[in-house]
Amino acid sequence: METVAAALDIARIRADFPALHQSAHGKPLVYLDNAATTQKPRAVIDAVTAFYERDCSNVHRGVHLLSQRATAAYESARTTVKSRLGAGDSREIVFTRSTTEAINLVAASFVRPQLQPGDEILITEMEHHSNIVPWQLLCEERGAELKVVPINDDGEIILSEYDRLLSRRTKIVGVVHVSNALGTVNPVREMVEMAHSRGIPVLVDGAQALPHLEIDVRELDCDFYACSSHKVYGPTGIGALYGKREHLLKMVPYQGGGDMILSVTFAKTRFNEPPHRFEAGTPNIEGAIGFAAALEYLDDIGLDAVAAHESHLLEEATKAILEVPGTHQVGTAKQRAAVLSFVMDGVHPHDVGTVLDSEGIAVRAGHHCAQPVMARFGVSATVRASFAVYNTCEEIDALVRGLAKVREVFG
Amino acid sequence: MSEMRDLYQEVILDHNRRPRNCYVMDCATRTADGHNPLCGDTVKVYLRIEDGVIEEISFQGDGCAICTASTSIMTESVKGKTVAEAKELFEGFHEMLTGVAAEQGVELGKLRVFEGVREYPVRVKCATLAWHTLQAAIDADEEEVTTE
Repeated sequence: METVAAALDIARIRADFPALHQSAHGKPLVYLDNAATTQKPRAVIDAVTAFYERDCSNVHRGVHLLSQRATAAYESARTTVKSRLGAGDSREIVFTRSTTEAINLVAASFVRPQLQPGDEILITEMEHHSNIVPWQLLCEERGAELKVVPINDDGEIILSEYDRLLSRRTKIVGVVHVSNALGTVNPVREMVEMAHSRGIPVLVDGAQALPHLEIDVRELDCDFYACSSHKVYGPTGIGALYGKREHLLKMVPYQGGGDMILSVTFAKTRFNEPPHRFEAGTPNIEGAIGFAAALEYLDDIGLDAVAAHESHLLEEATKAILEVPGTHQVGTAKQRAAVLSFVMDGVHPHDVGTVLDSEGIAVRAGHHCAQPVMARFGVSATVRASFAVYNTCEEIDALVRGLAKVREVFG
Repeated sequence: MSEMRDLYQEVILDHNRRPRNCYVMDCATRTADGHNPLCGDTVKVYLRIEDGVIEEISFQGDGCAICTASTSIMTESVKGKTVAEAKELFEGFHEMLTGVAAEQGVELGKLRVFEGVREYPVRVKCATLAWHTLQAAIDADEEEVTTE
């Protein structure tokens, strides 16, 4: 693993990210809040700028040159996302505003029309609020029940409980691929297989998986895969939903408007084919272009090398953090990706975050939009350091020195 | 380091380690719950008000050092004060943190240790949660207050 990691020229990669080269409170910026959002490489910034400087036009509706270029770029971005997710058909990729919107789309257009009172939706205890609340709203509206698969003390889904909770009434399973709060990588392939053996479709929340893992939706055989661009070095405000074509074809529109129709009269509107049926209104064109640029950037580096580097960082960071007296890791799953959550005895995570910030170190301190996870571990918040391809072992050293400062302040 | 000392003054650290008036009050005449949804800090304030005077005040909560110390010092500051005096203190405290008024007539005493919080806008809510909750308890507002 070390040889692969060494093969990456991190200094060269860092040079691609303008935002990394600044100071914060007079100290060199150490950006370890990548699970919240990643910094953007020059390639992404340039792709977005190029769209506005050269191709700026609306998509799917102009006969003129610029519109043709914009449409080609937008649709080519869809193909890039398709390839990265391992989907077989670009028409299975719907651009959304975010992972959250992708999940809401499935809730509204796929699950809602078939959900009856007494039906069940099955999620896990480690979901982000975005994979809890849409289902809660739906259950409340339809008189259905939200069931939750518990996790163990290491922060792993208890598969025997999952097996028990899959029932004849379960209409969909929603599961996170990589936990944003704990870093756990879930056995999604196996979980899909277990659900499918009972005829239950599965949505995977891949927001945190896309930057770190090779995704192959056909191998996973999931029905839906939701992800976003900004966690993987792309712009904010754009995400994608992969949905099996057989499902998308049957689904009702998500929002009404332009671009999602074939023809409109006041008597009757004929809806467009997927994916356009689910993309009402002028889309986030530059976002899609930037998203694709980000995926291509990562692809050029090589995802295997990225994953090896990040897992090396995670291993080093975990070791280093646990050597700091009074520090406890939260989430000790065997399979983890790029996220290190921890607490310090006698110091609240917010105070840790503020002291680290004064040292130029950006971490997340809080409940990470996963309050049930916090409740499971009996804490109200944790400190979370999360890693990206551009992080270095020197930055882990800085984090450890920062934690020593925390001890100095709080005793 | 010195900026950190300006924020986390010794008095704050002391009240964080050993919060005063931190207990459940069985004979409370008013209570209120406060919550900061952004960071998850929670505080419950108990009051025994007699003839417009805060005879007894206590709290229970879970929060950062700024939140815990602010609640603890608040209970010390308003105990024995009239409701009107407590509200005046809150106004002065709030002005100190948000810098709305340069000159204040209110004597803040020990509450001045929170002056450094002013430099950390995201932490101002940590310091004011207790006071918003106190206000809600005084107003007998039964809705949970939030800082949002």
